[in-house]
Amino acid sequence: MSEHIDLSAFTAPEIRAGIIRGDFSAREAAESAFARIEALDADVHAFNQVAPDLAFAAADRVDDMVRSGASPDELPPLAGVPVAFKDNMNLVGTRTTCSSRILENYQSVYDCTAVARMIHAGVTPIGKLNMDEFAFGSSTENSAFGPTHNPWDLERVPGGSSGGSAAAVSAGMVSMTLGSDTGGSIRQPGALCGVVAMKPTYGRVSRYGCVAFASSLDQIGPFTKTVEECSLALNAICGKDPMDATSLERPAEDFTVGLEDGVKGMRIAIVRDMLEMEGVAPEVKAATLAAAEKYAELGAEVGEVDLPAAQYGLSAYYIIGPAEASSNLARFDGIRYGHRVADAEDVLDLYMRSRAEGFGPESVRRIMLGTYALSAGYYDAYYGQAQKARTVIIRDFERAFANYDVLLTPTSPTTAFKIGEKASDPLAMYLSDVFTIPVNLAGNVGLSIPVGLGADTGLPVGVHLIGTHFSEATVLRAARAMEAAVAFDTTPPTVKALS
Amino acid sequence: MALSESEVRHVAMLARLALTDEQVDTLRVELNSILGHIDTIQQLDLAGVEPTSHAIPTVNSTRADEQKPCLPRELALLNAPEAEAGAFVIPQIVGGGDEA
Repeated sequence: MSEHIDLSAFTAPEIRAGIIRGDFSAREAAESAFARIEALDADVHAFNQVAPDLAFAAADRVDDMVRSGASPDELPPLAGVPVAFKDNMNLVGTRTTCSSRILENYQSVYDCTAVARMIHAGVTPIGKLNMDEFAFGSSTENSAFGPTHNPWDLERVPGGSSGGSAAAVSAGMVSMTLGSDTGGSIRQPGALCGVVAMKPTYGRVSRYGCVAFASSLDQIGPFTKTVEECSLALNAICGKDPMDATSLERPAEDFTVGLEDGVKGMRIAIVRDMLEMEGVAPEVKAATLAAAEKYAELGAEVGEVDLPAAQYGLSAYYIIGPAEASSNLARFDGIRYGHRVADAEDVLDLYMRSRAEGFGPESVRRIMLGTYALSAGYYDAYYGQAQKARTVIIRDFERAFANYDVLLTPTSPTTAFKIGEKASDPLAMYLSDVFTIPVNLAGNVGLSIPVGLGADTGLPVGVHLIGTHFSEATVLRAARAMEAAVAFDTTPPTVKALS
Repeated sequence: MALSESEVRHVAMLARLALTDEQVDTLRVELNSILGHIDTIQQLDLAGVEPTSHAIPTVNSTRADEQKPCLPRELALLNAPEAEAGAFVIPQIVGGGDEA
């Protein structure tokens, strides 16, 4: 890769500034990303596909603007920044597979709004990223195309479901990625790969063009190495979209404003009962308590709260999520798109065998669970009960946010686990989202920020900052203060050895 | 609540999934294990609690009623496993008369 410039350690603003100064072109920035992918992705497998034609066309548009004398203000905010997208987001010119056999050859016929907004902000689209099939999972092992490997330790999972999105940023392949988060699918892989990962308030970002998992929980958000880049990505993707009726009209906000204002006087609470839950690794608990102490040193008013209903979040989620998923995935019937058996006897046979052949084991499990929870005789006991539990969980959060600005938990109970370690025990896998799930149920903001390496495993630990609806600016400010205080080196040693 | 084998088969039919006998066996065990955990939700006292379907409810979200271009037919059919004469092809649904 020596004939290319290596920009893997550059932040998005540094790449844009370098293009403006003429240090390198947007095309060279794209080439740097592709060289990095070429060098590392055989081992990491973050990408399902790369899109050089789209990338160079976008990069050349930026370079043409620079050549024709555009001023820095005229260049879009993310001009020339290499970005990649989870493979459940449509982008014309790419396949959108959701890492499923059933959509293996699906060509995007329109653009996902969040993707289109990133491209409008000037980014160079590099490709599409591996994930758990239809976003069902916490390890990216449920991809029909093989697992993604954690750049910190290739024998370990990157987390999931947006594992490709986390690994690509961690390995320095692209500056930013987008993922989607239904129960922790952005934040948990962000923690396991040691990057900044954010789920905005439900409705902040349009879900149009992102293949639906659970429509009342899904939200798109960014992965980056720095909090500033996270803010810049949010600036690009937030806002009302007429194509998604649940996207919300909000006054325009620049999320980079106030980022450096610190946490003096901010009220931050450890969620004590969640931290004391069974299964939290001592190194993770220690890192979370150390983060709270750090906030106190930085001038925050640090306290404790309990969220007694949140421990039922996992149960509510594994009813509501599969119920909505079983309904959303009914569209994959072998008629309009997707895998279809060749020798169907009749239409029912076509549906039943096309779906059974096309969906992987975890998708089948979730569809079965959701169908059962919604079926006659069980609806009230499961779905109805889960929706009421959701109300109680929301009230827990409301009580906590009456006294605190930000709540603090671990992002995940453990650091990255070994590939295969939890694959045969669905329930153990589900538990890795126990801290992130209640946030989706309540529609709140959640961000994972790396705080260091675990004392026992030497792998990245993320802490989870939770804010109430529309508190992105506050959560980002708290995250920035932690980032500055801990100065975590986001580059994995294996990746460093390359340069 | 434990799922029996016949219930697993019933749910698979509702979900339009042609499962093998082996899959039915595996799923029965896995789903019962997951349901065993999920059932802890029955411990919550939820009497009188209103259900939530959306965390941030939006009411009457409408857009302007304007004509706009929609997905052209050739793109709508682009991913069809089988298409003919501008339409999706499916197996015959209405029988020829000698079926039930």
